Amino acid sequence: MGVRGAGRSRAEAFEQGAKALCALTTDLDAVQPRERVDVHCEAPDDDVLFVDWLNVIVFEMACRHMVFSRFQVVVEGHRLSGCAWGESADPQKHPPGVEVKGATFTELAVRREEDGTWIAQCIVDV
Amino acid sequence: MDMSLLALRAENEWVITPRGKMRVPAVIYATESLIREMDDKVYEQVTNVATLPGIERASYAMPDAHWGYGFPIGGVAAFDPKRGGVISAGGVGFDISCGVRTLHTGLTPKDLHPVKEALADALYSHIPAGVGSRGRIRLSREEMNAMLEGGARWAVERGYGVPEDLERIEERGRISGARPECVSDHAKKRQEEEMGTLGSGNHYLEVQLVDEVFDVETARRFELEKGRLVVSVHCGSRGLGHQIGTDYLRKMVLAAASFGIELPDRELGCVPIESALGQDYLGAMRAGIHCALANRQIITHLVRQVFAEVLPAARLSLLYDVSHNTCKEEEHLVDGEKKRLFVHRKGATRAFPPGHADLPEALVDVGQPVLIGGTMGTASYVLVGTRESMDLAFGSACHGAGRAMSRHAALRRWRAREVIDELAGRGILVRGHSFRDVAEEAPGAYKDVSTVVEAADKARLASKVAKLVPVICIKG
Repeated sequence: MGVRGAGRSRAEAFEQGAKALCALTTDLDAVQPRERVDVHCEAPDDDVLFVDWLNVIVFEMACRHMVFSRFQVVVEGHRLSGCAWGESADPQKHPPGVEVKGATFTELAVRREEDGTWIAQCIVDV
Repeated sequence: MDMSLLALRAENEWVITPRGKMRVPAVIYATESLIREMDDKVYEQVTNVATLPGIERASYAMPDAHWGYGFPIGGVAAFDPKRGGVISAGGVGFDISCGVRTLHTGLTPKDLHPVKEALADALYSHIPAGVGSRGRIRLSREEMNAMLEGGARWAVERGYGVPEDLERIEERGRISGARPECVSDHAKKRQEEEMGTLGSGNHYLEVQLVDEVFDVETARRFELEKGRLVVSVHCGSRGLGHQIGTDYLRKMVLAAASFGIELPDRELGCVPIESALGQDYLGAMRAGIHCALANRQIITHLVRQVFAEVLPAARLSLLYDVSHNTCKEEEHLVDGEKKRLFVHRKGATRAFPPGHADLPEALVDVGQPVLIGGTMGTASYVLVGTRESMDLAFGSACHGAGRAMSRHAALRRWRAREVIDELAGRGILVRGHSFRDVAEEAPGAYKDVSTVVEAADKARLASKVAKLVPVICIKG
């Protein structure tokens, strides 16, 4: 399964990419942004930073048993500080989709299109 | 795949001669029709693997090969550390030591009939499965490290199963060289509540009927009798294995260039086996193998608990446990020379021949049971390693049907309710935690497992023993 985020900035594309990732796990409209989780990552380039960002979201979902629906990202160079908002996963409330196990280097790209739109994408393992 | 790229060498054995940066040939074991249906990516990936340093003999693809990350799923490649051979996290796969184990029950459909629904419900409620499922066992960090060090032996020592089980597990349930200290805190944290869980996706627990016996004598030695019921479990190393794969693939992708390794695809991230990073991955990956073996051992214990309640006449003894995402150090003959090689099997089952020293004593003259998982609507197979297998693909065979259609395409084509109802009409009870998973795992989304197994048999990778058909299927 592939995820692709698009936005006016690199940070916005990363936020949308995380949203696409979480949309695979459940219906985002059913997730209330009750709790905030802060994350940080650092990588040698944009591509690896995007994989790291998605993988840290996968890790937080798995360990906290949470689902997320809203994200905010600040990227400075190849350092990312981000917040994810969501709530405890409840199969009654959040229809289970697929279990995303990790982001991969396949079809991985972070680029700026000619019209200025930023794209961040990769295949995720389910 | 374009057939003009391949030359037929023997029945169901096709060769791609080295070209470009390939160091060795690539070999695909399959029928012409299976190859024609294969994604072109399999060609690209099996030839990419042939470019890696220290590869021995050839890069192999099994009859169920399909696109994977870096290596194809159904890929086998062996590397010699003395020739700069590499180890690759992508060559093992994310779900380290994912595999299948099959248990005898001694029961017949007549025994099952009165309690079939009750057994399906009890297995469904007692064995945690599905997205985000948590096990009943929570491991402290100390116990986590003991589990990663001890594998299935750890599980048996803690009361999950009996010592006799260990005889029927590769490396008798514990492989040497596991290094829990090389497994990240993130990986351990992900596993804290996941021991004894099936997981999701293509993982399952099935009650199956021995529907057909092809090799009467071997089936007798495997105690597989037509008309008897068995239980098969397909699952792996859960969150821990995936985190090890993620952690080390990243490190290998970034480090490969420093060893002068040119990667045709980042997912092929690899480093020399003898490098510090290579050794760390090996230690972590072996710990991941232990996690999968312990997980299947705990699930076995849970299955026995359910049968003790619902069908106390059952005697659940282990036929065998195979892992199909591994890298193992093994001795092989290459051009008449004995070598210690690191054999990557990604979506490929070890298939050792009769007489191999690693086989359980009771089966050493027969060969290794090779357990091939099918879909919830078709069949699974038991094969046995052949005398020729070591000279073909380093003693390896296929691992399942192999996807013919992406999950996305399957989701568009089938509705879970229809799949469940259709199977119920054929007497197969399905219990699933996610409708989406059931649709994505629809039997039609896979290649015909019988064709795949037939191809493996004809190529002599492994020989058919028995066919198992599902009766109850618990989907992850």
